[in-house]
Amino acid sequence: MSKQLKALNEHWYSPLLEGVQTYIPGNATYKTMRARSARIGTMFILPFIIGFLLFMAKPMVESLIMSFNDVTLVPGQGYEQTYVGLNNYKHALTVDPEYNKFLVEEVGQMAINTIATLVMSFVVAVILNQEFKGRTLCRAIFFLPVILSSGVLPGIEHQNEFYDMMAGMAEQLGESGVDLSTTLQNLLSLSGVGGQVFDVVFQMIDSIYDIVMASGIQIIVFLSGLQSISPSLYEAADVEGCSAWESFWKITFPMVSPLLLVNCIYTIIDFFMKNDNRVMELIYQITYQDFKFGISAAMSWIYFAIALAFIGIGAFIISKAVKSYE
Amino acid sequence: MSKSKTVHIGSNASFWERNRRSGGYLLRHTLSKKIVSIGRALLMFGLCFMIIQPLLIRFSTGLMQEPDLYDSTIVLVPRHLTLDNYRIVGELTDMPRSMLNTLWTSLLVSVLQVVSCTLVAYGFARYEFPLKKFWFACVVMLIIVPPQTIQTSLYMSFANFDIFGIFKATTGKTVNLRTSILPYALMSLTCMGLKNGLYIYILRQYFKGVPKSLEEAAFVDGCGTLHTFARIMLPDAMPTIASCFLFSFVWQWTDVFYTRNFLGSYSIYSNQLSSIVSRMSRYFAQGAGQAVIVPNGRQQQLISIGVLICCVPLIILYCFTQKTFVKSLVMTGSKE
Repeated sequence: MSKQLKALNEHWYSPLLEGVQTYIPGNATYKTMRARSARIGTMFILPFIIGFLLFMAKPMVESLIMSFNDVTLVPGQGYEQTYVGLNNYKHALTVDPEYNKFLVEEVGQMAINTIATLVMSFVVAVILNQEFKGRTLCRAIFFLPVILSSGVLPGIEHQNEFYDMMAGMAEQLGESGVDLSTTLQNLLSLSGVGGQVFDVVFQMIDSIYDIVMASGIQIIVFLSGLQSISPSLYEAADVEGCSAWESFWKITFPMVSPLLLVNCIYTIIDFFMKNDNRVMELIYQITYQDFKFGISAAMSWIYFAIALAFIGIGAFIISKAVKSYE
Repeated sequence: MSKSKTVHIGSNASFWERNRRSGGYLLRHTLSKKIVSIGRALLMFGLCFMIIQPLLIRFSTGLMQEPDLYDSTIVLVPRHLTLDNYRIVGELTDMPRSMLNTLWTSLLVSVLQVVSCTLVAYGFARYEFPLKKFWFACVVMLIIVPPQTIQTSLYMSFANFDIFGIFKATTGKTVNLRTSILPYALMSLTCMGLKNGLYIYILRQYFKGVPKSLEEAAFVDGCGTLHTFARIMLPDAMPTIASCFLFSFVWQWTDVFYTRNFLGSYSIYSNQLSSIVSRMSRYFAQGAGQAVIVPNGRQQQLISIGVLICCVPLIILYCFTQKTFVKSLVMTGSKE
């Protein structure tokens, strides 16, 4: 390498050039700090690069291709594909009797649960951040769902009809027993206050167990955000005559609101991955029992696209809301 | 002089006296504090109870004999105590073997995952290299893309495993790797396991928070890269790494998605549990010598015990490591 080029290289930094030079042994620029950093950094993340290309990028492309093809298994050889265009997507959305229904239900549930989880975990985090007796125990219990609602555990008991039976019996007994939320619901709908909104609210209340079970991580994240707020901010606000309510909205909320986005994304993804997600169950069934790989690929891409859209909308709304505080 | 006098009045005067002096503020303040703390206690108790209660119910119903399940006068305390159910569930889930398998696979997989995620996270936090932004976007993608989207082609590629057609060229056949733990170990080693994007993110966040001057000092003193990483960065990062390890271990323990896809040939507890219902009827049919319909209540009871067996080791682990669990995420929260 000429002296000029070398001098140029030391002052003028191009990541692309460096990337190339990094891998040339005996290269004159090999030992500059930047090249060294590039070399070592790449070495560190090399496992990820390999893994991502082999086990993420490749399968993703393959499954995208599969979703446009009719896939048939050939024993010992792998599989064969014939191009069918958008037929798989059409089949998933119009022909399959259950997919449509499950999709709408699960996505609706996801939207409601996400909002409820965010509110719930925020409130709980604020409470757990206060000083009171038994706080350590409460924290320990609230993080327990991280274990109890993971993997196989949450879905398995709902698969059983026994609970449905019990619920049916409870409804029959309802006249003697007191079901607060139903009574309240009837009362409110009788008095004619905005029906739809209350339906959503009551759905949230009825599924409060699921919501609490799904908000372990979110509580920790909010709590960590709360703890990173400097106490001197509150002291200053207090000295200036700020009430607790005001300092909550003027200090606590703005400081923690960036975490809303993290939690929103986490909740949506978590909901996706849940074992008792019926869309995923259906996809699994179609893949491994009916061996319709093309259709199942199309189904999972549709679902993924919807969730991505939700994450996008959530991110947009939250970033707008957060910005207004800055 | 005047100062000590104020203190004297403040500490000795009765509550009402002090209230009068403050113009009613003290009473209002104390009352609102009491009300808030009572409300908080109620709310906390209710929610905690809601989380704990299913565990207690599972425990108590697990000890009941079958007639007790249908006796409406029995709610929580069993009349006929028995440990027989635990034996049945143990046999149904292939107990000692499946538990041991779960233990070693979870340990192996989570150790591999945490090691590789730590290295990758350190690389992302500290070094500038070409396409860094792109690769980090890939990490975010790894968090967002549900593995279900790619399960079909992953399944295919491991059922007919081949590296650039080498195996097919030499032996004429592709290798079926689905019957071994190798594919999943490979995936764990390359950060593609369960929720690994999250661990990379958490650890990167931690490493970014460590002052850079530490490594610079080490570099000036002639410490090599790996040496710096192992001797200076790792010891401080241990709590965060440990908590990532715990998450990884616990989630792997209960996971069915990866287990079902890649560890199908091993007898893993979570797999056994997810298919316990279908095995139940066969088990009781064998006992009775004829086809039996297992009543719903009985099914539910046995599933509950299965769930309990699955989470008890984790809960015990959690009791001892509760602080560590939370540590990593506390670090993460401060930024972004």
